[in-house]
Amino acid sequence: MVHDAPASAGSAVYNTPNYLNAEIGVRSWLLTRDHKRIAIMYLVLTTSAFALGGIFAMLIRIELLTPGPTIMSALTYNRMFTLHGVIMIFLFMVPAIPGIFGNFFLPLMLGAQDVAFPRLNLLSVYLYLTGAVIAVWGMIHGGADTGWTFYAPYSTTTPTQVVPILLGAFVVGFSSIVTGINFIVTTHTMRGPGLTWNRMPLFVWSIYATSVIQVLATPVLGMVLLLVAIEHAFGFGIFDPARGGDPVLFQHLFWFYSHPAVYIMVLPAMAVISEVVCAFARKNMFGYKAVAYSSLGIAFVGFFTWGHHLFTSGQSTFDAGIFGVLSMFVGIFTAIKVFNWTATLYQGAIKFTAPFAYVCGFLFFLVFGGMTGVALATVSLDVHWQDTYFVVAHFHFIMVGGTIMAFLAAIHYWWPKMFGRMYSEGWALVAACLIILGFNATFIPQFLLGNMGMPRRYYSYPAQFWPLNVASTAGASLLAFGFLLVLTYLLISLRHGKVAGPNPWGSRGFEWNTPSPPSALNFPVPPVFTHGPHDYTTGAETPPEAPGEPEHA
Amino acid sequence: MPELTARAAPPLAHHFVDMRQQTEAARLGMWLFLASEVLLFTGLFTAYSIYRYLYAGVFEEASRKGVELWAGTTNTFVLITSSLTVALAIHFARLGRGKLAAALLGVSLLLGCAFLGIKAIEYANHFHEGQLPGKFYTFAEVQGPGASMFFTLYFIMTGLHGLHVIAGMTVLAVMAVRAWREEFGPEHYAPIEIAGLYWHLVDLIWIFLYPLLYLI
Repeated sequence: MVHDAPASAGSAVYNTPNYLNAEIGVRSWLLTRDHKRIAIMYLVLTTSAFALGGIFAMLIRIELLTPGPTIMSALTYNRMFTLHGVIMIFLFMVPAIPGIFGNFFLPLMLGAQDVAFPRLNLLSVYLYLTGAVIAVWGMIHGGADTGWTFYAPYSTTTPTQVVPILLGAFVVGFSSIVTGINFIVTTHTMRGPGLTWNRMPLFVWSIYATSVIQVLATPVLGMVLLLVAIEHAFGFGIFDPARGGDPVLFQHLFWFYSHPAVYIMVLPAMAVISEVVCAFARKNMFGYKAVAYSSLGIAFVGFFTWGHHLFTSGQSTFDAGIFGVLSMFVGIFTAIKVFNWTATLYQGAIKFTAPFAYVCGFLFFLVFGGMTGVALATVSLDVHWQDTYFVVAHFHFIMVGGTIMAFLAAIHYWWPKMFGRMYSEGWALVAACLIILGFNATFIPQFLLGNMGMPRRYYSYPAQFWPLNVASTAGASLLAFGFLLVLTYLLISLRHGKVAGPNPWGSRGFEWNTPSPPSALNFPVPPVFTHGPHDYTTGAETPPEAPGEPEHA
Repeated sequence: MPELTARAAPPLAHHFVDMRQQTEAARLGMWLFLASEVLLFTGLFTAYSIYRYLYAGVFEEASRKGVELWAGTTNTFVLITSSLTVALAIHFARLGRGKLAAALLGVSLLLGCAFLGIKAIEYANHFHEGQLPGKFYTFAEVQGPGASMFFTLYFIMTGLHGLHVIAGMTVLAVMAVRAWREEFGPEHYAPIEIAGLYWHLVDLIWIFLYPLLYLI
């Protein structure tokens, strides 16, 4: 139990002064070392990246509205899907949840005043910004047409501006490593008195597992992107068959990062869901330890599955079989989580709010995206679906569906904590319906298209695929409208929202035992923990005031 | 050489409870960073292994005729000795003998410069002989598929390592200044210790590069 600011408990009070107004002026934001302000900077930056990537996505969908050319040339179309992928993956999905919610809530959940290295934390924002600026500069001066996977030898010979985009992704990778190191060290060394590993919120467990992947996989990606850039710029021939190079080596090195990167995107999503499920079912997690350790299991197994991207790249049948089976292990760990989340809902006192609506969406996308993933891990089926829209729909379901649902669940659940005000619940439920329906309408047609044999990344297609492509574009429009709605009511709530008070949800997560918005210094007195998070079985609605004795100092 | 000058109080950042926690965090952070550095080089070691397996004979010939064994061996001794002086510097910094520690770090910096100097001579020779990566390769004595690949990997691996040597020397120089100002003592020596860890990693990577590029 966290003990903090007893006067604020219960009543809806806007906490002034807080971290937002403790210091004023642009300089105080640009040079801040407060993890909460850094989280807000990430919120602004990653949301802008999401908007940019979303605009590219809409342009792609408009182009595919008709079988032939619609609004752009073939080369522009190639640039569009490359930039869409690069921005969404490197500038939004990898950094968003750890950068925003990890930064904001990890220290609050651990009873710490800040992350272990606040200056490095600020550095990670600026590395992200630098990488983003380099990449966007490259996009303005020609863009790249390789797809976000930068496969050699095309990426090393294309006349488009691939080098700045590679270097941008390389620099953003360092930001990711720095954040990962920070979170691992914070979790190990900054836990408050009494907060043993098995009392840590599940959010922390999952973010920890994410950070392990970030630290160990990102450098390999950095290296391989650098090699492609060097070859493109100087002709060193490292992946060039004419000089003895092997393009398949690129694929191995690239997927050694980029498959675990999928778990960098989805584990933070699982982190959020574990918190939101508990808060809105008013129950502690069923099978806490299984959920906690399955995060580490996913992080571990994720390092041994990259070969399933090379089923059709001349890999031996034996290797393909091994990688297929190893990939299915991820399904086991994910299923452990899904069963525990649903078991937590059983006999819970469920409050169907906007964050909970996104949890339902998340479960749907995760289960169906995951099951199509297990199907794709089967070598014989993959040969049929390789490079079709089936793959596109699969990874959009699991990565994008999973991550976006969790991102939206998180922003609604923690909005009152971060800004001290409530958003409009009615509009939020409308937007949630729009987004979940829009997402299905966008990608279910793509599953069907892929199964019918429509290849990904093609500029035009035969007329038989027309109706389903129209359906997909219509779904994407619905989705875009939903996102704009969310943005609108959240911005309105910043000024006109009802004052939330410290704990509008009655959640027993540790982070809610601070005033809203939290003070610049998180805790006036260091909190002492006597039991785990989301303990709805003992005590009354508000936490007891008497400080408990730490069991582990 | 007794050091009795007043030391500044060990700076405890506001978000740590005590010095022990701060030191632990710094140490763990550096080990994690080293792990990510090792993985950065792992991509190159993988590429080396694959191409050596594919072009075993050519790689062996290129290593025998293309690189100078004396230079690599001398550099190995130079770098290992510089690690020894760093280790001694940490030892004396803990004992509060900052001036001696700074002098030892100075020796390490000189050895680092010697390493880079020898490397520069080698690079100059490679340029002269046309032993260059990819499309720039003009070395007549070793030909065949994979011949230029050896030098591609040689330059990328030693080049990246050289950048790490320069970064490590910068860190050591900062630590030398701080040690000279008597900032370290029995309770506060974590910065110089983790700087040392980084330098040892730079050394260790060279110990793997040396046999791969010069011996086998």
